[in-house]
Amino acid sequence: MPSSFLSRRRFLSSTGMMLLIASAPGARAAEYAGALPWKPFAALPPDPPPGGRWYVFTPEEARTVEAVVDRLIPADELSIGGKEAGCASFIDRQLAGSYGSSDRLYMQGPFAAGLPTQGYQGSATPAGRYREGLAALNKHARATLGGKAFFELAPAEQDKVLQDFEAGKVEYKPAAGFFNLVLQNTMEGFFADPIYGGNKDMAGWKFIGFPGARYDYRDYVTAHNKPFPLPPLSIAGRPEWKTGDK
Amino acid sequence: MARKLPRKDVVIVGLGWTGSILAHELTDAGLDVVAIERGPWRDTATDFNLAYAPDELRYAVRKDLFLQPAQEAMTMRNNVSQTALPMRDYGSFLPGTGVGGAGTHWNGHTWRFFPSDFVLKTHLTERYGAERISDLQIQDWGVTYDEMESAFDRFEYLCGISGKAGNLNGAIQQGGNPFEGPRKRDYPLPPMQMTYAPTLFAEAARSKGLHPFPTPSANLSGPYVNPLGIAMGQCTACGFCERFGCANYSKSSAHTTVLPVLMRKSNFEARTECEVLKINLSADGKTATGVTYVDVNGEAFEQPADLVLLNAYGLFNVRLMLLSGIGKPYDPSSGEGVVGRNYCYQTNAGTQVFFEGKHMNPFIAAGALGQTVDDYNGDAFDHGPLDFVGGAGLNCIPTNGRPIQYRPVPPGTPRWGAAWKKATKQYYNNTLTFSSQGSSYATRGNYLDLDPTYKDRFGRPLLRVTFDFPDNDVRMSNWISDRMQEIANALGGKQSVVAKLRKGWNSVPYQSTHNTGGAIMGTDPKTSAVNRHLQSWDVPNVFVIGASAFPQNAGKNPTGPVGALAFWAADAIRNHYLKNPGKLVEA
Repeated sequence: MPSSFLSRRRFLSSTGMMLLIASAPGARAAEYAGALPWKPFAALPPDPPPGGRWYVFTPEEARTVEAVVDRLIPADELSIGGKEAGCASFIDRQLAGSYGSSDRLYMQGPFAAGLPTQGYQGSATPAGRYREGLAALNKHARATLGGKAFFELAPAEQDKVLQDFEAGKVEYKPAAGFFNLVLQNTMEGFFADPIYGGNKDMAGWKFIGFPGARYDYRDYVTAHNKPFPLPPLSIAGRPEWKTGDK
Repeated sequence: MARKLPRKDVVIVGLGWTGSILAHELTDAGLDVVAIERGPWRDTATDFNLAYAPDELRYAVRKDLFLQPAQEAMTMRNNVSQTALPMRDYGSFLPGTGVGGAGTHWNGHTWRFFPSDFVLKTHLTERYGAERISDLQIQDWGVTYDEMESAFDRFEYLCGISGKAGNLNGAIQQGGNPFEGPRKRDYPLPPMQMTYAPTLFAEAARSKGLHPFPTPSANLSGPYVNPLGIAMGQCTACGFCERFGCANYSKSSAHTTVLPVLMRKSNFEARTECEVLKINLSADGKTATGVTYVDVNGEAFEQPADLVLLNAYGLFNVRLMLLSGIGKPYDPSSGEGVVGRNYCYQTNAGTQVFFEGKHMNPFIAAGALGQTVDDYNGDAFDHGPLDFVGGAGLNCIPTNGRPIQYRPVPPGTPRWGAAWKKATKQYYNNTLTFSSQGSSYATRGNYLDLDPTYKDRFGRPLLRVTFDFPDNDVRMSNWISDRMQEIANALGGKQSVVAKLRKGWNSVPYQSTHNTGGAIMGTDPKTSAVNRHLQSWDVPNVFVIGASAFPQNAGKNPTGPVGALAFWAADAIRNHYLKNPGKLVEA
């Protein structure tokens, strides 16, 4: 079997840990005739890895990412910050799955420097870009700000470093691209369903007023220009629904 | 060596919208049909589960239901002077895969093109002179709107489209689209109830003398039982439509309108996770003998069949023809050849109007819930004093408020930090968006062929897309943006921002999955790959069905005409081809 074959699961699920087995042995192409091939319990629910540990980041990388996401989304009167919301843990868990390894992307060479209209043409995966980019961030901080790692800097100093990365005004050439990747992933973490480890207690949704994983607004379609009255809802429900939370 | 399987009457490549319709029609005609689909089996109950369907990260951002580039990518460049490189992730457009195809995760805007669109070259030449379109490669379809009317009607009734007729047998109807072609009867369901933003947009458009109407929607305004006896439910406006499967049996797709009946037929079989490598031809190249495909284990099979129907996404229909040697490949330097010719896209621009103190509630939404203005679409208006042809529909169809991807802020707002937070909170519920969806007209230099460098996982060359927005289309879009500014001014608000399209099509930001052409229909085998019945001129037992057949694209979503073409081709096969297999049109 060609090694490039990917199993259905790996194509279908971006959300869980990457399966190490490429394809179930003996799996056959499905043939369906005579009836709808409906099977109970056949669905593929989201399968995010549990939190409480770091999967990809080293301790220093984790502290760095936590410091970064807390400047991108700082805590203030509007909401908690990116760190408390779990954005760093979200990113770590995303990097541990098919997203982090670019498993689903076209990764055959030759790799050539492309035009901006041709999109990202590097061979590095998101997990690889974080490893390299975070090292560059701390190297830049230590070299320019008194030997301190990024997470040891004062908030205003951290903002300055991030602004320089965003503008590509540092020695590290991929700085702006790396910054964009981190910013995109941080926003994903703050606004994705909390089942993926960020958006703690739906803080991101409460912040802007998004009601979450609701699926029936028929009673409100013509309630023009009126505030929507219901609180947000996650795929996992609401915290107060869980036993023992009352 | 490929294992040879028992012969079938018909092999269908791709079980999406058109594959399902053709399979249904031809099994009704008594034929033994097998559909080969490279993606997985999917259905509502198991794959679009209500409990976890509203998951923006999984479906909209990580794109779980879409074709993954690892399975098949394509290369792109803006013109022949550039070297095409692979789109390593899909961005500008997102092809589907699996049973239901791209019809699984569409929004549901269901249009008929204007009568003039089908005879565009003749119409524009008569009205403005041949010189006016001399830098474009505009062609007639070879079929007229009147011939297609019943096919449009059948697709709309299959789907339960919710809308308001604007032209019933020539009589203009108040509240519908006055520019549409005459229809024999109204839509099967009334329009959806309007949310706030489209209501404001319609008021503003009306104040400018325009004619807004409810967008014809495949998100159903009420319960419906279609002509096959399949029941659907009312759309709940959940705002998880495009990029998602509908968990509520409320969005028309092959799953909700055809498959429950098709799958029970003893003369139909679906083989999923099987990828067709090529269409096999006889030694003289004039007859297809079947297809060769590879299953999920990498085992190759040969499926012989009397009739081969290409029902993949349009771009992949074209690639399979090129890989199989069906039809002469198009050469932009000579303008000769037909396969890959007249690749077109869509020419879009957006508008944002920022308010204060409103409750837009953008999350109360559906893929096709909104209002459209067609006064500036196609040739609905006089282009005499203008320097372009074509036009755009103006659509206020706020499809969602999903916050990873929808967080409008005025230009100049920082992308992060405290100031970003303040603006994001202020404008999430205070922004009205609408956009122009413009026509895309063919030029000699925009085309599809096989890439010389990059290969897929089977070692076959990837499709190469060479495309940029034609100068005509850029002028059109910018003129349309000025019209959008007028509506934005009428809407008021604190600030409005109207985008202006520029040359240099960028494959990264999402724009539209409306890729058309490459295997276009027509009346001349020198300038079309298939005849007016979608039959290959060169291999008459191959029909190629999809948006690949459009000679150029209109300022409207293509699924309505694609569905109608499926019925149109099915009629040709049932009523003519089966009685006398061979060329339906002599060149």
